[in-house]
Amino acid sequence: MTQFSLDDDSVVVIIGSGAGGGTLANELCQKGVKVVLLEAGQRQSSATFINDEWPSFKQLAWTDKRTTSGNWRVARDFPNLPAWICKTVGGTTTHWAGASLRFHENEFKARTTYGAVRGANLLDWPITLADLEPYYARAEDKMGVTRTNDISGLPGNNNFKVMYDGATKIGYKSCSTGRMAINSAPRAGRGRCMQLGFCFQGCKSGAKWSTLYTEIPAAEKTGKLDLRTEAHVSLIEHDSQGKATGVVYFDAQGKRKRQKARVVCVAGNSIETPRLLLLSASGKFPNGLANSSGQVGRNYMRHMTGSVYAYFDKPVHFYRGTVMAGIIQDEVENNPKRGFVGGYEMETISLGLPFYAAFLNPGSWGPEYAEFLDNYANTAGMWLVGEDMPQESNRVTLNTAVTDQYGLAVPNVHYDDHPNDIAMRAHAYKQGEAVYRAVGAKKVMRTPPYPSTHNMGTCRMSERPSDGVCNKHGQTHDIANLFISDGSQFTTSAAENPTLTIVTLAIRQADYIAQQLSQQAI
Amino acid sequence: MIPIFFRPRQAANDPSTSGQDFPSDIGRRNVIKASAMLTGVLAAQSAVGLLAPSLAWALDVSNLDQGQADTVQALAKTLFPHKGLPDAVYALVVKDIDGFAATADGRGLVSAGVRNLNAKAGGDFSKKSLAARHQVVAALIDDPFVQKVRGTCITSLYDNDMAFAHFGYQGEAFSKGGYVFRGFNDLTWLSNPPASASPPVIA
Repeated sequence: MTQFSLDDDSVVVIIGSGAGGGTLANELCQKGVKVVLLEAGQRQSSATFINDEWPSFKQLAWTDKRTTSGNWRVARDFPNLPAWICKTVGGTTTHWAGASLRFHENEFKARTTYGAVRGANLLDWPITLADLEPYYARAEDKMGVTRTNDISGLPGNNNFKVMYDGATKIGYKSCSTGRMAINSAPRAGRGRCMQLGFCFQGCKSGAKWSTLYTEIPAAEKTGKLDLRTEAHVSLIEHDSQGKATGVVYFDAQGKRKRQKARVVCVAGNSIETPRLLLLSASGKFPNGLANSSGQVGRNYMRHMTGSVYAYFDKPVHFYRGTVMAGIIQDEVENNPKRGFVGGYEMETISLGLPFYAAFLNPGSWGPEYAEFLDNYANTAGMWLVGEDMPQESNRVTLNTAVTDQYGLAVPNVHYDDHPNDIAMRAHAYKQGEAVYRAVGAKKVMRTPPYPSTHNMGTCRMSERPSDGVCNKHGQTHDIANLFISDGSQFTTSAAENPTLTIVTLAIRQADYIAQQLSQQAI
Repeated sequence: MIPIFFRPRQAANDPSTSGQDFPSDIGRRNVIKASAMLTGVLAAQSAVGLLAPSLAWALDVSNLDQGQADTVQALAKTLFPHKGLPDAVYALVVKDIDGFAATADGRGLVSAGVRNLNAKAGGDFSKKSLAARHQVVAALIDDPFVQKVRGTCITSLYDNDMAFAHFGYQGEAFSKGGYVFRGFNDLTWLSNPPASASPPVIA
């Protein structure tokens, strides 16, 4: 395995190996750039993934202490687990369900499209769909997204059959097994979907795209990647000119190490990324790195979410097969007549019995709740996911009263639902129920949001340095050789699952970094 | 008679956990040492009974007395009154609360909580009807002991092979080849979506 010296100041250091960091690492290595990839978690594989929800959660999830505040229900139900994301090589691409949808043109222009929304810190992206289209195409090819590049769609499972029947009966026109980064046939050295039903637990067949077994081994083959696991970065350092010079991290033995760098790219997901910038505050940057705008940690978005489960008088066995087996897209367009701006997607979801009992309605008890669980085998389910409003006060901050295993202040995640989020959720619940009632549901359940799987916006990109943290390439406005390389860059959340866009931005950013390096601009 | 015969799943690697091949002499020794015991018999034709190596089961309890063990079980059955779910599954909650009561703090919470339940019930909580117990629990739902048992139920009741069999969840799938040829799309009470929405499996 390639090893670069701690004193090698010609390397690009990337923090985090998920959709953003893992992709960026490979793209740079393919161009001959030396990369040190620092991943806080351990390296698993399809062979070590576990088809068992709680043990898998312990294996993959980021469970370091975090705190919460705000009126979102997650703060009540899961006060120390604001997000369900991963600490492992491949990051949350081990856990994601695979839905791969491009953002829509108007979603890059939220401020222009929606106008001023009270309490929302809306802003247009500094890039357009046209800017991203060639990179979306590269991402879809790389990830093997179904219904693109002549790849067949996936076969729908029982959960999808119920969704499709209800969608059709209430007049929806756009319901299918969607665009998924899950192989419907063998492709790119990976097998086809075995319909395991454990997409969230790491794909044991390798059919679902994850940087763990695509980008990272491809990068290793170039000889340009030095991947260090169980390396938890605590600080980004800079010189007197305000240029990033390297990072300090704790290795697997808890020893502090200092890696020099020519460029630092942060891809720790939208809670750890701003946390690290805030932890790196210095005399020169007393409010944290790249924070002259004061926007680091702000505009935290997690999508409007909720689920609808329904049971029927006949079996469904919804846990069999792909978790996000199908999608209804009729509600995704912006149509303010519904009482809110933006739109939402309806995607099938299933949980194994252990997680179903934990997440169906946290805190509930009694005969009605028990009866709902009694009908597990006859249950169908869908997840509702839509655009949420960026708010300055929805924010990741350092909670200096609580420290982690390294003695570092833990992140506090504050989130208040915006009235637009609440109106959209009410609409989505009603429509989700209507889909299942049309199929003859005996009972339906409105399930509250899970810990956030989509975390976005805490270091957003903006045209003007006063409005955000980074520019249209993810390069921070304040520090030219410091980049944001994950979903923290998102100016607004759009309605679609974020992974495809994170990968797309990473491919584009790699082109830009390579060009800047060759021009000696950074 | 056997101790709880299915391994609680979260303790799969714990050699001290009672399993199907638990030596019977050790089982007897534990029964003698135990301060309380829960026993029962599974219904032969139930989903769980069909899988079990023996229909009789027993759980020995070390840190709870008999009244406390009975109360925890009755509380679990009040919080999550599942139709036909065998007592052997509810006994797993007692097992985990028994473990929790190994510390002085845990024991203290259990004794205070059981006292509160009995006081509210005006007698032995575990001997009351389900409706009466429901009223008591509704009044005491914020009690830390009730919340402890409720939280424990979420993992103890639903994360074990007996519950999987009872509720109709098939669990681990990879070793069986997943569901691609094992019923992922076997629902026949609705018509199939067109191939444009749901293409066939690629052979």
